[in-house]
Amino acid sequence: MQMNDKEWKPKIIAFCCNWCSYSGADLAGTNRLSYPAEVKIIRVPCSCRVNPMFILRAFQQGADGVILCGCHPGDCHYSTGNYHTRRRMTLLFSMLNYLGVESARTRVEWVSAAEGARFVSVMDGFVADITRLGPNRRLEDLRCKTN
Amino acid sequence: MQKIGVFVCWCGSNIAATVDVKAVAEAARKVPGVVFSADYQYMCSEAGQGLIKDAIKEHGLTGVVVCSCSPRMHEATFRKAVQAVGLNPYMLEVANIREQCSWVHKDMATATEKAIALMQAAVAKVTLNTPLTAGMTPVTKRALVIGGGIAGMQTALDIADAGYEVDIVEAKPTIGGKMAQLDKTFPTLDCSSCIVTPKMVEVGQHEKIHIYSYSEVTQIKGFVGNFNVTIKRKARYVDEAKCTGCGACTEKCPSRKAPNEFNMGLNNRTAVYIPFAQAVPKVATIDPEYCIKLTKGKCGACAKICEAGAINYEAKDEYIEVEYGAIVAATGFEMIDVSPYDEYAYTQSPDVVTSLEYERLMNAAGPTGGHLLRPSDGKEPKTIVFVQCVGSRESCSGGEMRGKPYCSKVCCMYTAKHAMLTKDHYPDTDIYVFYIDVRTPGKNFDEFYRRAVEQYGVHYIKGAVGKVTPEGGKLKVQASDLILNEQLHIDADMVVLAGAIEPNKSARPLATMLTASMDTNDFFTEAHPKLRPVESPTAGVFLSGMCQGPKDIPETVAQAGAAASKVIGLLAKDHLVGNPCVAHSDEWMCNGCSQCETVCPYGAITYEEKEFRMPDRTTKVRRVAQVNPAVCQGCGACTVTCPSGAMDLNGFSNAEIMAEVDALCR
Repeated sequence: MQMNDKEWKPKIIAFCCNWCSYSGADLAGTNRLSYPAEVKIIRVPCSCRVNPMFILRAFQQGADGVILCGCHPGDCHYSTGNYHTRRRMTLLFSMLNYLGVESARTRVEWVSAAEGARFVSVMDGFVADITRLGPNRRLEDLRCKTN
Repeated sequence: MQKIGVFVCWCGSNIAATVDVKAVAEAARKVPGVVFSADYQYMCSEAGQGLIKDAIKEHGLTGVVVCSCSPRMHEATFRKAVQAVGLNPYMLEVANIREQCSWVHKDMATATEKAIALMQAAVAKVTLNTPLTAGMTPVTKRALVIGGGIAGMQTALDIADAGYEVDIVEAKPTIGGKMAQLDKTFPTLDCSSCIVTPKMVEVGQHEKIHIYSYSEVTQIKGFVGNFNVTIKRKARYVDEAKCTGCGACTEKCPSRKAPNEFNMGLNNRTAVYIPFAQAVPKVATIDPEYCIKLTKGKCGACAKICEAGAINYEAKDEYIEVEYGAIVAATGFEMIDVSPYDEYAYTQSPDVVTSLEYERLMNAAGPTGGHLLRPSDGKEPKTIVFVQCVGSRESCSGGEMRGKPYCSKVCCMYTAKHAMLTKDHYPDTDIYVFYIDVRTPGKNFDEFYRRAVEQYGVHYIKGAVGKVTPEGGKLKVQASDLILNEQLHIDADMVVLAGAIEPNKSARPLATMLTASMDTNDFFTEAHPKLRPVESPTAGVFLSGMCQGPKDIPETVAQAGAAASKVIGLLAKDHLVGNPCVAHSDEWMCNGCSQCETVCPYGAITYEEKEFRMPDRTTKVRRVAQVNPAVCQGCGACTVTCPSGAMDLNGFSNAEIMAEVDALCR
């Protein structure tokens, strides 16, 4: 696949915390706001439930971008979960840089339950960025592609 | 081997118009493990649920995937349905193909493709699901109300009247709160004391209510239904049980320089004091800062005069631990410190007062016995300027914000009240009120305000006071009239500042103890701003009164009743059904590092020394993590922190989430 391949669509996984971002995504739907269908959401109780391993696993399995959405700092349903997320992800970014993977392939965003429109703009922006970056080659494990 | 059933909902045309539901159902049949799939117009309807139930029975399904609206909408509905036919409710997953698919995508092919992917991820997850059972925890049938103002008192009374024990913890020596300090209440102008003091007596005498006055909450452990609270009973140096409240000690006390908090520091009180005549409990308290015996070791006048022998200079702070099922925060408010507003000269002249100070100056039990006299020279003021919104409704733009962004809600009304009461007593007084807007939404509120303008001739001027200068016994007020676009110069005798209302300073540390959330202004946040206005997001914690936001007395009383009814609903239960999606630790994998314990915001993880039978038949004592499922809220912070992978989360296990990732990347 080439960068100029018009047909190529990125695979995007979005981890959304149950209390804020997942509801924000629901609100986008309720308000009929559209975002690219490449974004597929996995519901987690809190952004701090997302092990950086899940993100690496997604890349290994061929995801081109992984975005992690949680409540705004200070608004975490579990009071401090998103602070853990922020620290862990900062480490993951530097690790990805070290591995030579574009750290822009993964991102943390805070989207509240009231921010349907923000969810859409975040996803639009992320999909555009990943499309610009092109397919993830560095971490994709072709052995995973048996079927 | 799991036998999965997939049920695709049309949601009328909400899903079916954009997603080819038949194709999704058909694709499901090709997914390994799926033995049955169907589509139906309304899965959540009686008939739709029947379809699921029948299929479970007929095909012996071990797991169910419903492709429908958001799980936040109908997950509970479908869980109940599968449970009705004997399937564990946690063997169900919902694929959100409405809010996150059909409603956000327009192209049928793309939306169908995505719906199939979401369905596959849900099947992958449900295949790995394990049946979960919620634990039951008992409920301690006693409530704690923190704060003894009108909000706390009303909450306590309503709970106690339903037959449950209630404790009130009040930081001050008496309950009553700010309402006891008010002179009259708007818009009826009935005497505040006359309505609040009987309430205080009712609280004090209620057999189900116990008041811990002059006390503070210092630690809160536990969770809904089972809180363990440490209450610090500050040393009041007077035995509450012995003191009769006769007040002889307060007459004898030679230390008379302590500022009287009840009168907003406008006069002084003695070191041993009863805040006001109607205090509940009516017990004296010694102020250790001003007591000569406690500071210098000499005196003892109060002990000599006390016939009951209640004085005890040796008293120490005591800490008691009490169990509660529910906690109500009713910590109330304070008025902001207006001294940073230099332009109003609050610190330069005693004749510039806050509204609450003015309230005391008008009150018959206040420092002037109800005669409105200037604090500086004791003369009756002839011209009074009221300044509204001091520190309220400030905008964040343009540098540092000194005050608060919100409207304090009660100031417009109490200022109208002050103006009218002043005119009632001293009809020849000139009164000016400078306002941004006059906000009078409320029953009989606007009529009240118009009475001040039309009948009493109070000068309401839309505009701002620029500067107050004390000069020759007068306060020179420079102001602008925004409607006439004029500069005004008023020689006032008094200036009254309607300072913004802010949450009590004790609210922030309390919120930390309760793990309850607060907004940027330190008001407690409600679990839902519209639908759950008296509950905190933390289970078992409820909100009453000004600690949740500015409100007047009737609103506070209404909210107090609402909070009480929520507490009663909780205490009426013998057991609470917990959330089974909690963390658990594999003791064999746990290396005892304690990292999970540090990240857990609920203190749900403890460490225990346990004996293990090793493969070589020796016994080894190892330190391993234990999760209290009743305390764990299931955030999963520990699962990621655990370096050995011993911690996992029910319902969102590592394997389940990985399976979803794999399915979506396929």
